[in-house]
Amino acid sequence: MRGAVEDPTGLAPRARLWPALGAVYRAQLSRAKVARIPLLFVATFQSVGIMILMRGVVSTGSDAARAVVSGSSVLVVAFVALNLLAQYFGQLRASGGLDHYATLPVPPASVVLGAAAAYASFTLPGTVATAAVGCVLFHLPLGGLWVLGAVVPLAGAALSGLGATLGLLAPRQELATLFGQLGMSAALLLGVLPPGHLPGPVGWARDALPSTYGVQAFARTFDVSPDWPAVLGDLSVCAAVGVVSLAVATWAYRRAAYR
Amino acid sequence: MLVSTGTEQAAPSPAAVAREAMWTVRGLVKSYPAGRAFRRRKAAAAPAAAVRANDGIDLDIRRGEIFGLLGPNGAGKSTLVRQLTGLLRPDAGSITLLGHDLVAHPERAARLIGYLGQESTALDELTVALAAETTGRLRGLDSRTARAERDAVLEELGLTDIAQRPLKRLSGGQRRLACFAATLVGERPMLVLDEPTTGMDPVARRAVWTAVDRRRAERGTTVLLVTHNVLEAETVLDRVAVIDRGKVIACDTPAGLKTMVDGDVRLDLVWRDEPPLDLPEIAVLREGAEAAGRRWTLRLPQDRARAVVASVTAGPAFAALDDFTLATPSLEDVYLALGGSQKGLVKA
Repeated sequence: MRGAVEDPTGLAPRARLWPALGAVYRAQLSRAKVARIPLLFVATFQSVGIMILMRGVVSTGSDAARAVVSGSSVLVVAFVALNLLAQYFGQLRASGGLDHYATLPVPPASVVLGAAAAYASFTLPGTVATAAVGCVLFHLPLGGLWVLGAVVPLAGAALSGLGATLGLLAPRQELATLFGQLGMSAALLLGVLPPGHLPGPVGWARDALPSTYGVQAFARTFDVSPDWPAVLGDLSVCAAVGVVSLAVATWAYRRAAYR
Repeated sequence: MLVSTGTEQAAPSPAAVAREAMWTVRGLVKSYPAGRAFRRRKAAAAPAAAVRANDGIDLDIRRGEIFGLLGPNGAGKSTLVRQLTGLLRPDAGSITLLGHDLVAHPERAARLIGYLGQESTALDELTVALAAETTGRLRGLDSRTARAERDAVLEELGLTDIAQRPLKRLSGGQRRLACFAATLVGERPMLVLDEPTTGMDPVARRAVWTAVDRRRAERGTTVLLVTHNVLEAETVLDRVAVIDRGKVIACDTPAGLKTMVDGDVRLDLVWRDEPPLDLPEIAVLREGAEAAGRRWTLRLPQDRARAVVASVTAGPAFAALDDFTLATPSLEDVYLALGGSQKGLVKA
């Protein structure tokens, strides 16, 4: 049975990218269902609460109202995909749980993408519920909500990549939690506040945040005749940032798992 | 008792070892940087020197044997296992498993080894069935095979009734058994089990060793067992490497190791209350006794032990005595006789 290095014997096959990703996705979604549903409620209530607060200062149907509703909706994605995923990977790394995946012949991308996809898709009901409540609250048309079908996965990819990276690179679990919270706070402040009211440097920070483009894309669809090329442009930025951030997260996983 | 060990065979020649060895480790060294050790120790002024967690480890593990790594916590077992499973890159040395150079190709370890680590956090929120199935899928099985193997392994280990319960709602021992089940889905020629039976009741332990034995008999599976449990080591291992402070201080069959301390026996005296130190025959014993609460442990030559038992049980000291046991040497005694310096071996 002993084989030469050139002709290795006894090697079991590797898990292939997509089947492994599917298996991780399914497992992560199942644990999210068990453990994270209360948190999804928290995320949704938080966003609805913010909209109710803003209702007092923002007039219905205005540009600001669109910013508030779209910002609050994408905030649900930020809460779960960025904050909770950062905490999950931080905890997994700190407890040695990464060893489980690292000792299986599974591509790192399958683990990271599967977890990210599960967390992102888990946010969809909360995001849709928040957007619907917001539209009713601020007298906006409900017809554009379908675009969330694109906004959630793309903003989810960008934010979960960021969340996974923060969780995997943080030297301590508490720091992963802290970074996740800070990232979510940034998404809250920079996403929900109407952009016209932000001072210069804060505006740049807003432009640097990947969730902004998801917020913008969603906000544009409330127009009577939406500027579809601009929507597509915003979504493309989300997608590009998503690709980059997930690639970085995969690198971070490799670094954290094999030392 | 739990498993046939075949420990009575004579030690083979070095040539035979080289021929049979499926896993060869030579001169393995792993140091943690001074900075990390410094932070760990929270030492005050001077930075600590690099800590050698593994210091020139050599091992030869043969096909089909249950090979043990025995040592107290902190001896360097986990660092060694992390290198053997491709998780940690050694500073120096070689690791060859079934002809594959695992230092150059650490990623091949996952295709040769089924690994049961100490932590279950990656699986905790999954049901037992999904944990086993997912692990099988990630070991490269297609979904039909993964489900079939999952069902077979859960049945074999008696986990079918709790298959739909999440791991974190199980007792520690059941959770450990569920993780062991996940390790078995997706066959590997080599199993690395790090403290597999921690927290398990005797039924679960037997299920583990029966499953291991079956794979060994049917498929020639080789097992590397990491343990600090002396009794388990004596019962199940074919050969054992005793690790202390990052070095292998002995490597032989459990029986072979015990011949090193053949002349000695262990005498445990448990006092009802305070030991009667006013009695000269007891006061004399105190010097050499290792005291833990009301229990004194003495390691003595056989004839001396017999004399002590006679004097303690016949004289006035007997009134103060709650219990005593006289036992042949265990691997713990071997460890201590070899100069093992740390506490932490478990006898349960």
